[in-house]
Amino acid sequence: MEHALDCTLTVNGTRVQRRIPARQHLVDFLRDELGLTGSHIGCEQGVCGACTVRVNGEIVRGCLMLAVQADGCTVETVEGLSDSREIAKLQKAFHQRNALQCGFCTPGMLLAAQDLLSKSRKASREEIRAHLSGNYCRCTGYQAIIDAIEEVLSSDEG
Amino acid sequence: MRLSAPEILVDIGALPLRDITLEQGVVRIGALATHAQIGNSPEVKKHVPLLAQAVPHVAHPAIRNRGTLGGSLALADPAAEYPACAVALDASIVVAGKDGERLVPAEKFFKGLFETDLGPAEMIVAVEFAAIGKDERSVFLELARRHGDYAIIGLAAHRSEQNRLVFFGAGATPVFAANASRAESLDAAVAALEDDLDPPADLYNTSATKRHLAKVLLTRAWNTLSTAH
Repeated sequence: MEHALDCTLTVNGTRVQRRIPARQHLVDFLRDELGLTGSHIGCEQGVCGACTVRVNGEIVRGCLMLAVQADGCTVETVEGLSDSREIAKLQKAFHQRNALQCGFCTPGMLLAAQDLLSKSRKASREEIRAHLSGNYCRCTGYQAIIDAIEEVLSSDEG
Repeated sequence: MRLSAPEILVDIGALPLRDITLEQGVVRIGALATHAQIGNSPEVKKHVPLLAQAVPHVAHPAIRNRGTLGGSLALADPAAEYPACAVALDASIVVAGKDGERLVPAEKFFKGLFETDLGPAEMIVAVEFAAIGKDERSVFLELARRHGDYAIIGLAAHRSEQNRLVFFGAGATPVFAANASRAESLDAAVAALEDDLDPPADLYNTSATKRHLAKVLLTRAWNTLSTAH
């Protein structure tokens, strides 16, 4: 028996109405149904952080939440944050600091980094590391990512 | 991990089980209180400091925004933080079923690997913790490969009249180290862990390594536990 539910949610500012299979994960819904492929699917068990999205203003794992649980919620993906220019400074710093290579982890990194920026304007490198500890990067060795976030933090203070 | 394949899923997320209240020396935390909510709660910080200390070790920010106290206890992962805290603090788990509510002492709640006292038509609705007394102390320590990952080994320790030392990542359930908890000196407590702990090896660590690390954590915790404020 396959269940499906009628859901209404707001994704990147657009109201979306769909009949969603109960077992579909949020990240699969965003990618397959809405074509928002910026959120990546890595481990599918909450470890790697590549699928990180924002639901009602808080970052969550897109692979650990069912899409039907987002009924009535506001969902934001890296596409939305990029279009609104909310993460423009971070994107520029990531580019300039070489904070990405293959780019697979980058959307999740940007979401987690922006979450930190929105909560704490004076994070230490240790605090940046702790906040990103749930996001794996297999290319950069993390230093450049921490550098980029630190740069955005210090530029805002100045 | 696909350990079970239920035909029907019921989302309990919208039930009003998120409150954290303090009443007559008991902190009652709703089963749906998230890790983030528990970590930010002034009541928890002040009255159940062991739990507040544990939160930063529970996974990562994006997971702490969704994961809940009730979910962690009901899953009963042997390397998770809250089950050990609940046992160390002698918490009462409030279980609701068709016939009403019953209170289960944490030590009796964890039956085996991912096995709890919950019946098929029951769910956790809250957990009750006694507020910490003025002469009591709590220490939470954990070793993991990456910050936020499940523990290699961890210690949830509480001292009231006597120590209650509970290790996680050390067996199929939280392991109450009965002999070490009775010991009067650090040397005796560390020696007692030989009898108290027989941790199963994981992918990266042998049983002997885990027991050694358990002794390291106990040594780190000892001064805080045994020194008066």
